[in-house]
Amino acid sequence: MSGIDALAARIRADLGPDQVLTDRQQLRTYECDGLAHYKVIPALVALPRTAAQAAAVVRACAAAGVPFVARGSGTGLSGGALPHADGVLIVTSQLRDILEMRPADERAVVQPGVINLQVTQAATPHGYYYAPDPSSQQICSIGGNVAENSGGAHCLKYGFTTNHVTALEVVTPDGELVRLGGAAPDVPGYDLVGAFVGSEGTLGVATEVTVRLTRLPETVRTLLAAFHGTDQAGAATSAIIAAGVVPAAIEMMDALSIEAAEAAVHCGYPAGAGAVLVVELDGPSAEVDAQFDEVTALCEKNGAFEIRVAADDTERQLIWRGRKSAFAAVGRISPDYIVQDGVIPRTALPEVLRRITEVASSQGVRVANVFHAGDGNLHPLVLFDDRVPGEAERAETVSGAILDLCIEYGGSITGEHGVGVDKARYMPRMFSDTDLDTMQLVRCAFDPDGLANPGKVFPTPRLCGERPGRRQGAFEHEGAEVF
Amino acid sequence: MSVLDDLAVKAGDDDVVCGMPARFVAAPASAREAAALIAAARDLTVVIRGGGTRLQQGPPPRDLDLIIDTRRMAGVVEHAAGDLITVVRAGTPMAELHRLPGQQLALDAPAGATAGGTVAANTSGPRRLRYGTARDLLIGITVVRPDGRIAKSGGKVVKNVAGYDLGKLYTGSFGTLGLITECVFRLHPVPVTTAVVRATAAPTHVAAVLSAQLAPSAIEINAAPGAEPEIAVLLEGTPAGVRDRAATLARLLGGDVTTEPPSWWDTPPDPPGGLALKLTATLSRVPDLVAAAVGAGLTVRGSAGTGVLYAGAPAGADTVAEVVASVRAAATAAGGHAVVLSAPDGTRDGLDMWGPVPGLDLMRRVKERFDPDHRFAPGRFVGGI
Ligand SMILES: Cc1cc2nc3c(=O)[nH]c(=O)nc-3n(C[C@H](O)[C@H](O)[C@H](O)COP(=O)(O)OP(=O)(O)OC[C@H]3O[C@@H](n4cnc5c(N)ncnc54)[C@H](O)[C@@H]3O)c2cc1C
Ligand SMILES: Cc1cc2nc3c(=O)[nH]c(=O)nc-3n(C[C@H](O)[C@H](O)[C@H](O)COP(=O)(O)OP(=O)(O)OC[C@H]3O[C@@H](n4cnc5c(N)ncnc54)[C@H](O)[C@@H]3O)c2cc1C
Repeated sequence: MSGIDALAARIRADLGPDQVLTDRQQLRTYECDGLAHYKVIPALVALPRTAAQAAAVVRACAAAGVPFVARGSGTGLSGGALPHADGVLIVTSQLRDILEMRPADERAVVQPGVINLQVTQAATPHGYYYAPDPSSQQICSIGGNVAENSGGAHCLKYGFTTNHVTALEVVTPDGELVRLGGAAPDVPGYDLVGAFVGSEGTLGVATEVTVRLTRLPETVRTLLAAFHGTDQAGAATSAIIAAGVVPAAIEMMDALSIEAAEAAVHCGYPAGAGAVLVVELDGPSAEVDAQFDEVTALCEKNGAFEIRVAADDTERQLIWRGRKSAFAAVGRISPDYIVQDGVIPRTALPEVLRRITEVASSQGVRVANVFHAGDGNLHPLVLFDDRVPGEAERAETVSGAILDLCIEYGGSITGEHGVGVDKARYMPRMFSDTDLDTMQLVRCAFDPDGLANPGKVFPTPRLCGERPGRRQGAFEHEGAEVF
Repeated sequence: MSVLDDLAVKAGDDDVVCGMPARFVAAPASAREAAALIAAARDLTVVIRGGGTRLQQGPPPRDLDLIIDTRRMAGVVEHAAGDLITVVRAGTPMAELHRLPGQQLALDAPAGATAGGTVAANTSGPRRLRYGTARDLLIGITVVRPDGRIAKSGGKVVKNVAGYDLGKLYTGSFGTLGLITECVFRLHPVPVTTAVVRATAAPTHVAAVLSAQLAPSAIEINAAPGAEPEIAVLLEGTPAGVRDRAATLARLLGGDVTTEPPSWWDTPPDPPGGLALKLTATLSRVPDLVAAAVGAGLTVRGSAGTGVLYAGAPAGADTVAEVVASVRAAATAAGGHAVVLSAPDGTRDGLDMWGPVPGLDLMRRVKERFDPDHRFAPGRFVGGI
C-alpha cells in the first residue's frame, strides 16, 4: 500500500467512506480555486462533518508528514486553496451549520463552511447583519473569509473580517483542537485570533468562527454620480473624505468597466460617463439626511454631470448591480482577463491611474478599472486574448507593473484577494527578508513542520528546526555598524 | 559592550518595576539605535517603559537588568491628512495624536501615555464602541525583535492583506515580544458636534440604547455599593443629527442632555494601594457582572456597550483573594475574564493576576520563537510568559 493509500485508509476509518475522495475524476473538481490558471490535482480530498473529524484528518497528515490544504468554496482569487499534489485537501462544505445566533450579545457562532450571506440572512430578522460583504458573498465561506481577511464594498466604514471575528476554534497543524479568543472582547494573552485571520490557511484549519453582528442601519441612502473622467471622480472622493464624511461605501468604475457592465447587465448608467461613483451612506436618519446633501453638493462641485438617487431598495440594487457584476462582465468585452488587486494611498489615485494607462498603452493592452475608491483598493482588470501570441505575456507584464506602482506609492500588493500562490514572488518587493522571517516565526510557532498550505504566502519557507539561539553568527545585528 | 556603554546609564531610584529595581536604563533615540542596543544587550533582561503611566500594574518581572525608555523616540513622522493616516514613533505622547489638525487618533489613553505603550498594553477607553481599539486602528508596525533585528508588517494603507498581521500580535503583548518603535494608525475626522446624555439608570438599560437607532460613540456606566447607578452616552455627528438623537435618547433613558461627560468618565477606579481589575462579559451578561462586582464591594465603571469594565476598591489585604475569586467566577459565567491590574502590597504573590487564558500553549510557542531566552519582561505576561 502506498503512503497515500495508507493515509486514505486511516482517514476513511476516522470519517465515513463517503467523506474521502480518491477517484481522479472526483478529485479533478477541486483542482483549482477562482484563479483557474493554476491547477493541481490533490492526492486525496477529505470532507469532515465535525471539528473532531477535521482534527482527525490533520492528525493523520501530521503523523504521515503529508501536507494539507483547507478549502472553503474555492472562490479565492490568489490560488490560496490550490491543492498540493501529494497532499490532502480538507474541504469544509459539510461544515455548514450556524451554531448560535445571539443578537443580544451581537455574536453568532458558525461552522467554517457557512456561506457569508447566510449569516446576514439569519441575523436580519433580529435586526442585525454580518458586515463584511465581499462581492462573492453569495458563495464564499466564512472559513475562507477568515483565512483571507476578506473585505467588501462596505469595509470603508465597517472594517474587514479581522474586525468582526472575536473567537476561533482551530485545528493546529499537529492536529489539536484549540480555542482562541472569546465572545467577550480583549481576551488576555497574545491576540492569536488576529494573527490567524488573514494567514491564508498556513496556521491551521478554522473549525468554528465567532463573528460580531452589527445592528442594521436605520437608513441607507445610495447615489450614483456620473463624471466625465476618473480625475473628477477621484477629486469628488477626496472632497467627501476631507469633509469628514465616512460613507459606508464609495466605489468607482471607469469608462471601460462601465461599458462591460452595460453589456452584461444593462445597468443603465448615464450615457457618456467617463467614470461613475457609487456612494452609500448609512446610519441614523437624522445623520444620513444631513450628510447626503453634503455628498451630493460635493459631487456636483467636482463635475458630476448627472446624479441619480435611489428612491427605494429596487433602485438601490440596480445601482449596485453594475458595480457588483463588474468582474464577470468584463468577459463580455474581452475573451480573457486578469483581475488584479492592489492598494494605493487614496490621494495618489489620479496619478497612479495615469501611470497605469501609460504602462497599458505601451504594451498595447487595455485595462478596465474598478475600485473601492474610499480606501484606495484598485481592481484593474487587464484584458487580453489568449489566442493572440504574446498577449497573455504582455498582460502579465502590465499586471506586474501595476503592483510595482502600488509599492512605489506606499501601498500594498493585495487589499483583499490575498497572496496565495500567485503573489508570493512579489512579497520580497514589499517586505525585507527580516520582515518575512519574522512573520514566519509565527508560522514556526504554529506549524514547525510546514504542513499547513505549504508554498503559499511566503516565497521561501523558513526552516523552523533550529532554535534561534544566542550568539549565532546568522543573527548578528544588521544595524550594529551604526556605531 | 560599547553600544551598551554609550547608551545605558546606571539606574536611579525611580527605575523600578513593581518593586523590582533595574540595574541600567537606556533611552535610544531611534529604531536603529534601539536595535543596536538590544543586540548588544543579549545577556540582559529587559522591560520597556513608555510613559510609565501603568508600568507598575501587572505582575513584577522575574528579573530586570535594563529598562529601555522610549520617550526619546518621539514625534509624528508623517500625517497624511488626505489619506487619514499617521506614522508615529513609539514614544510619541498620545495627547499629541488626539489633536492632529482636523483629525484624531480615536483611541482613549490616560494622560502621559505613549503610542507604543498604548498599543503594547492594548489600552482603550469609552470611544472604543464606535472606533474600535488599537488592534482596529493600527495598520502598520515596526519592531525591534529580541534578537535585535528590525522588522515591520502592514503598511500605510488601511486595506492590506499582504503577509501576516504582526501588528495584532504586538497589540497587547506588554513588551514580551520586543520593542515597538513605530506605529501607523488610521485616523478619524474630529466630529463636528458632540453631546452627552446622562441618566440615573441601571446597567440593564444599556441594551435599549444599543438597539435604538442612535449610533452612540460610547455607552459608559458607573456603579458602586450604596450609590445610584448612572449611564452616560456620547453622541457625535452633525449638529442637527446630534440634537435629534440626543433628545430621543434623553427620553429613552429619562435623562438630561449635556455638553460635558461626568467626572467619572474614562477614569477607571484605581485607589492607591488598592485593588484594580479589568472585567469583560458578553453584552447580555454585563448587568449580571456589574451586580456581582458591586456586590463584592467594588466600584465599577466602563464601556457597558462593549462589555469592558474596570472595577476597583481600596480593599483590605485580607479580602483580596476572596474578592478576586468571586468576581473572576462571575466574569467567567458572563463569558468574559477578570484581570487584576493592581493589588495591595503583599497580596500579589499568591494572586493569579491574568486568570485562565485560552490557547496558552500556542502563546508559549510564539514567545519561544520570538524570545527564546525569555529576556523581555519575563514573568509579566499570561501563564508566566
Ligand atoms: C466574483 C468574485 C468576487 C470576489 N469579490 C471579493 C471581494 O469583494 N472581497 C474579497 O475580499 N474577496 C473577494 N473575492 C475573493 C474570494 O471570494 C474571497 O477570498 C473568499 O474569502 C474566499 O472564500 P472561499 O470560501 O471561496 O475560500 P477558498 O477559495 O476555498 O479558500 C481561500 C483560502 O482560505 C483557506 N481556507 C479556506 N477555509 C479555511 C478554513 N476553514 N481554515 C483555514 N483556512 C481556510 C484556503 O486554504 C485558501 O488559502 C471574490 C471572488 C470572486 C470569484
Ligand atoms: C498589566 C496591565 C494591564 C493593563 N490593562 C489595561 C487595559 O485593559 N485597558 C487599559 O485601558 N489600560 C490598561 N493598562 C494601562 C496602560 O498600560 C496605560 O493606560 C497606557 O496606555 C500605557 O502607556 P504608557 O506609555 O504609559 O506605557 P507604560 O505604562 O510605560 O507601559 C505599559 C506596558 O507597555 C509596554 N511598553 C511600553 N512601550 C512599549 C514599546 N514601545 N514597545 C513594547 N512594549 C512597550 C511596557 O513594557 C508595559 O508592559 C494596563 C497596564 C498593565 C501593565
